[in-house]
Amino acid sequence: MDLLLKNIVILPILLPLATGALLFLLDDRLRTAKSVISLVSNLGLIALAIALLASVGADASADLTRTYALGNWPAPFAIVLAADRLSALMLLLGAILGLCAQVYALARWSAAGPAFFGLVQFLLMGLAGAFLTGDLFNLFVFFEVLLAASYGLALHGSGGPRVRAGLHYIAINLAASMLFLIGVSLVYGMTGTLNMADLAARIPSVAAENRNLLEAGLGVLGIAFLIKAGAWPLCFWLPTTYAAASAPAAALFAIMSKVGIYVILRLSLLLVGDGAGASSGFGSALLLYMGMVTIAFGTIGVLASQGMARLAGYSVLVSSGTLLAAVGLGLTQVTSGALFYLVSSTLTAAAFFLLIELVERARVAGADILAVTTEAYGEDDEETDHEEEVGLAIPGVMAILGISFGAVALLLSGLPPLSGFVAKFAMLQGMLAGRIEDVPGPVWVLLTLVIVSGFAALIGMTRLGISTFWTSLEGAAPRVRVIELAPVAVLLALCVALTVWGGPVMRYMDLTAQALEQPHQYISSVLSTPLVEVPGGEAAH
Amino acid sequence: MELIIALAIGGLTGSGVWLLLRPRTYQVIIGLSLLSYAVNLFIFSMGRLRSNAASILPGAGADITGFSDPIPQALVLTAIVISFATTALFLVVLLAARGLTGTDHVDGRRD
Repeated sequence: MDLLLKNIVILPILLPLATGALLFLLDDRLRTAKSVISLVSNLGLIALAIALLASVGADASADLTRTYALGNWPAPFAIVLAADRLSALMLLLGAILGLCAQVYALARWSAAGPAFFGLVQFLLMGLAGAFLTGDLFNLFVFFEVLLAASYGLALHGSGGPRVRAGLHYIAINLAASMLFLIGVSLVYGMTGTLNMADLAARIPSVAAENRNLLEAGLGVLGIAFLIKAGAWPLCFWLPTTYAAASAPAAALFAIMSKVGIYVILRLSLLLVGDGAGASSGFGSALLLYMGMVTIAFGTIGVLASQGMARLAGYSVLVSSGTLLAAVGLGLTQVTSGALFYLVSSTLTAAAFFLLIELVERARVAGADILAVTTEAYGEDDEETDHEEEVGLAIPGVMAILGISFGAVALLLSGLPPLSGFVAKFAMLQGMLAGRIEDVPGPVWVLLTLVIVSGFAALIGMTRLGISTFWTSLEGAAPRVRVIELAPVAVLLALCVALTVWGGPVMRYMDLTAQALEQPHQYISSVLSTPLVEVPGGEAAH
Repeated sequence: MELIIALAIGGLTGSGVWLLLRPRTYQVIIGLSLLSYAVNLFIFSMGRLRSNAASILPGAGADITGFSDPIPQALVLTAIVISFATTALFLVVLLAARGLTGTDHVDGRRD
């Protein structure tokens, strides 16, 4: 137990790495064994994430950052892993999505290619690494790991549209990686360190003649993350890629855009927060306005979308925009509401992407033309291919899908009683804290945009829901297996749980936001990372 | 030396960005390669340009002013490996796209 606790920060990276490597070695004929190994490993990852969450978040009165010196080299010279409340939360979120996507894929998608489970494991490894690392260049490496896995997942299932969207996705991400490298090396050149905590300590004392270059480096770095987060005008790849990806891959991608948000949130508060001297508040106005334009763009996209998958892609943009604007505001209360929103919107987006495929199964391509034909020529026998369908058909499956769709619509639009409402309410409350006359103009604009985007989501979802569930062809109920419905139900149940236990969750988010605003505890615990005494040798000093 | 390096980085970046914005997939991949060369040189120059300087100290207590910074060199190595691997992966997707769409246009259009 003691050994586990000592190494708990590195285990979430090692476990998926080992599992992924093992899965690539196993023969594809052992598909059942592979899926079992992958699922068990993912359950283990969830357990680790919960243990980490409990160990850093248990004590509400103090902030605790667990650190781990890789290779037993002292910080800040070597790479340090650091887990605080935010990292543990994101890790848990990623692991849950991974499990849901894999269970869903058991029914069909895992058979579409031999590497599905292995790729998911490497994606989880990249996610865990990106959330846990305390080193800027190490962050780049883990970003590349997760991107490489995501390239594979985006193409999973192959086919023209997927490869075409994947080509754009890969090209734009490779270009973003170049920007990432330029930013990292500029920051290194100006400060002489890559350790995030050490950077935060050094940035206030950077010489005035170097400050412009440093800020240029931070800006280039920011652009790389904004591309991943899908901020307008860097977001045009996102709806196409997400809509083209297979359902489980798209559900996993729901957290990928949030990785960009996570890094922006962490770095903007750590490196250019209140304690950053002359660089304090660098780029926050830009984040605010970019976020607002992203919300507006996403809202228009939601209203204009003809298909559900594109609507889901644009709603991811709306949530990205909302989060970016909230980060740009830099108010602690808004940040804690935004963290709640981040969790809720990620779960919603994943559930939505999984649901879309099940719902679309009922809609044959060109369903509207087919409807006219059927009316003109009378009812055809639809008995032909029923025998081929494998699996259990649930009676009233359309009803279950409809209820889930309704729940997603409530979550996306932020209507009560589900967690989307709690999240938006918490953010709006934070924006309007204090005297109403003192609320600045941009905040009113943001507030209006958030409410309008919810309304647009409601309109878009209602329109698609009516055309899918009320005017669909008779007798075309989709064949859906329980194993495909279960992940959707779990994700939606988690949103319900977020609402029911809103109080404790919100307190956790408050503490997270406060720790992010005042990062001195994070900085000091990273810089004083304890080393292990090596028996029979000298500990590296 | 500064001028030559700066011109090299600028030339590579300019050609890389130009090619990246071209409509043929082959041009895009060459553009990405050129960009990655430019970025590698740039990382290298962030450790300050210095010729005939070793990057490994002979032992504790040595005067570090005569040595070059080893970290950018380590970063460049990592960046080279990663960009090589991702470019290879991109090449595979490029070939798949060529096979599926029958054209080497980035949007799969025939024109």
